[in-house]
Amino acid sequence: MDTEILARIQFAFTIAFHYIYPPLSIGLGLLLVIFESLYVKTKRPEYHILAKFWTKIFALTFGIGVVTGIVMEFEFGTNWAVYSRYVGDVFGSALAAEGIFAFALESGFLGVLLFGWNRVKPWVHLVATIGVFFGSMFSAVWIVVANSWQQTPAGYHIVGEGLHARAEITDFWAMVFNPSSVDRLTHVWLGAFLAGAFLVLSVHAYYLIRRRYVDISRKAFRIALVVATVFSLGQLFTGHNSAEGVAHNQPAKLAALEGHFEASAPADMYIFGWVDKEAQKVSGLKVPGGLSFLLDYDFKTPVKGLNAFPEDERPTQVNAVFQFYHIMVAIGMTLIALTLYACFLWWKGKLFRRRWLLWVFVFAVFLPQIANQVGWFAAEMGRQPWVVYGLLRTSDAFSQSVTDNQILFSLILFLLVYTLLFILFLYLLNKKIKHGPYDESETDDRPLTKEISQAITG
Amino acid sequence: MDTFLGIDYPTWWFLVVGGLFSGYAILDGFDFGAGAWHLFFKKELDRRVALNAVGPVWDGNEVWLVIGGGALFAGFPLMYATFFSSLYIPFMLFLVFIIFRAIAIEFRGKEHMKWWKTLWDTCYSISSIMLAFLLGVVLGNVLQGIQIGEDYLYQGDGLLEFLNPYAIMTGLTTLSLFMAHGAIYLLLKTEGKMFEQLTKLLKKGMIFFMVCFGITTLYTLIYIPHLSDDFKSNPSLFVVPLMVFLSIANLPRLASKKRYKLAFFFSSLTIALSLVLVAIELYPNLLMSSIDDKYHIDIYNAASSTKSMQIMLTIVAIGTPLVLGYTLFVYRTFRGKVTLDETSY
Repeated sequence: MDTEILARIQFAFTIAFHYIYPPLSIGLGLLLVIFESLYVKTKRPEYHILAKFWTKIFALTFGIGVVTGIVMEFEFGTNWAVYSRYVGDVFGSALAAEGIFAFALESGFLGVLLFGWNRVKPWVHLVATIGVFFGSMFSAVWIVVANSWQQTPAGYHIVGEGLHARAEITDFWAMVFNPSSVDRLTHVWLGAFLAGAFLVLSVHAYYLIRRRYVDISRKAFRIALVVATVFSLGQLFTGHNSAEGVAHNQPAKLAALEGHFEASAPADMYIFGWVDKEAQKVSGLKVPGGLSFLLDYDFKTPVKGLNAFPEDERPTQVNAVFQFYHIMVAIGMTLIALTLYACFLWWKGKLFRRRWLLWVFVFAVFLPQIANQVGWFAAEMGRQPWVVYGLLRTSDAFSQSVTDNQILFSLILFLLVYTLLFILFLYLLNKKIKHGPYDESETDDRPLTKEISQAITG
Repeated sequence: MDTFLGIDYPTWWFLVVGGLFSGYAILDGFDFGAGAWHLFFKKELDRRVALNAVGPVWDGNEVWLVIGGGALFAGFPLMYATFFSSLYIPFMLFLVFIIFRAIAIEFRGKEHMKWWKTLWDTCYSISSIMLAFLLGVVLGNVLQGIQIGEDYLYQGDGLLEFLNPYAIMTGLTTLSLFMAHGAIYLLLKTEGKMFEQLTKLLKKGMIFFMVCFGITTLYTLIYIPHLSDDFKSNPSLFVVPLMVFLSIANLPRLASKKRYKLAFFFSSLTIALSLVLVAIELYPNLLMSSIDDKYHIDIYNAASSTKSMQIMLTIVAIGTPLVLGYTLFVYRTFRGKVTLDETSY
């Protein structure tokens, strides 16, 4: 297989795996801040127990996020050397800010969050939790800014030619607030909050079905439901803004998202469908002129289609981009329906009486995860054949000196290690969930604190 | 070229990157070092104490690597591109071991079968050893120069070339220094019999280090003479290697007096000074070509634009006091001997 394809497979695989974890950390971070603030404010032990319980699961997602994140950073240099050289000057400041303001903040306070319960006062601990949460939010800021710059470059100029060409920064704030960064960042944040909230909903729904930890689970479920409802609805707005931005800045991507081929014609909006690229046809259920209406509030407005672009400037995998995008939208709508229905039952006082609904919530944890993944796939595949839109082609961006054998070697290694890591994650998650929120009922082999400290000092 | 306080921007950024890598080496150095000794402890409780000595900080220490890597990417994109793609295999192995190490730390306490703990203890220790060794191997390759040709592209076979005798020596030297450093860290964190055992291990570690350091120094002077050119042309720089020697010589003295806090300071200083030595040997080069001098990557041909450097230095100036502030807060919170509680590993 050729080097470019292998490098792309490796990057796609490692980033997709990585992206299971940071959204969970950000989302759980928000819930931790809520639980712990409630504890500091009300002094009620159940919030303390919830905060401690979810901290353990947070630790798990955070740890895996860090190690798989180091892989991502290294891969820029190892597999995408030309790209690194091209964008380094522009990304430099974003990365420096990410490292200093975000990573150092979250990892610094992480130790206190995880191991400091008995060492600092509750409000100091809350400050540490907020520090970790803000740190994880900031880290999303800078990485999304960098990726958005790849979608809609701004605040730069090109210096040099051929292999030595590169983008250099001219305006820091124009780079940070490039046309797509705010819309995409809010969309990513909300996606992360949903990932975290639905994990909390899932676990506590499971406890409620099993009739374990009922009081505490009801509290947690209601809090997470509020978070989930608010942000499911919020995703409508951020998603719509993102789509308008794509229409404006990346028309070829927009055309691929809806499988719109004609160079200039009113565009339909599909509920679902299948794209036949050869025949340039989409079959499925559609709202005629729907896309035109969403963009311009007029069903007749012409929208630029794929045929308006030269062959080598169109996304090649139109059907894949179409499907990923539509799965994301469908999940978004499902989450809104689900959370609103649950809120309605809550209002009626019947929230915990519908066992089937609790079962739905147990499995709904996968929905935001899938939506986050396919959303990114649509965004990244829709940008092809560019790695930096309009400036640098993916086929020019990979490392020239790395051979296919080297990548095959590392790809196989990653497949093995990540499989192991994923099994570990599921195993530990399962164990922590089975163990439950109370430390008193500990069943593992850990000796009690007193015995240990006596053994050490004694 | 634009300057700030009389020093040009690439040099400033060279100092920043150097500072970050030194910080990383000191911090992850002690936890890799502690991990390297892990199998020397035979009792379950000792191993738990050893693991929990690094428990609250290892994650944070690794973030220094992310930041250092980001700084290199940001300031010297060409260096980042060539450096990482030429040393592909060692970097990939490094990544795999760093993941294995994290897995081992998280896994070992979760079941109580003996084979389970032994498995993850072994995994943890071997990963720690390999990580320290690989860092040294990469450093050795940088000092020696690698086959960079036209367009600053790597020309070698990229498979086992990185594992040459000099790189193996620098790898062992790094491992031994980290082991001495890690043993001192554990001495600060333990009591009783384990503490006694560690005083003996530290002695072994220091001997191991001094032997490796001696061989590597001779090897460098004899086989890679160009590295000492800067010192010959500017004799006042000899003060740096002299300080390295003094700092190393101070370690056994402090150890025999049982002044371990000060010893930890000096083992950290030894790491920092060794990297200063490396920096002087390289400057202004970052990565030397073994094919032709004209393909050397230096801080000027690899640098980002002045504008970019100015922005980044502003960010660093604002951020560094914050980072130092909360790092100190965390280490203060967990100062003193390890106590295990229900949140421990």
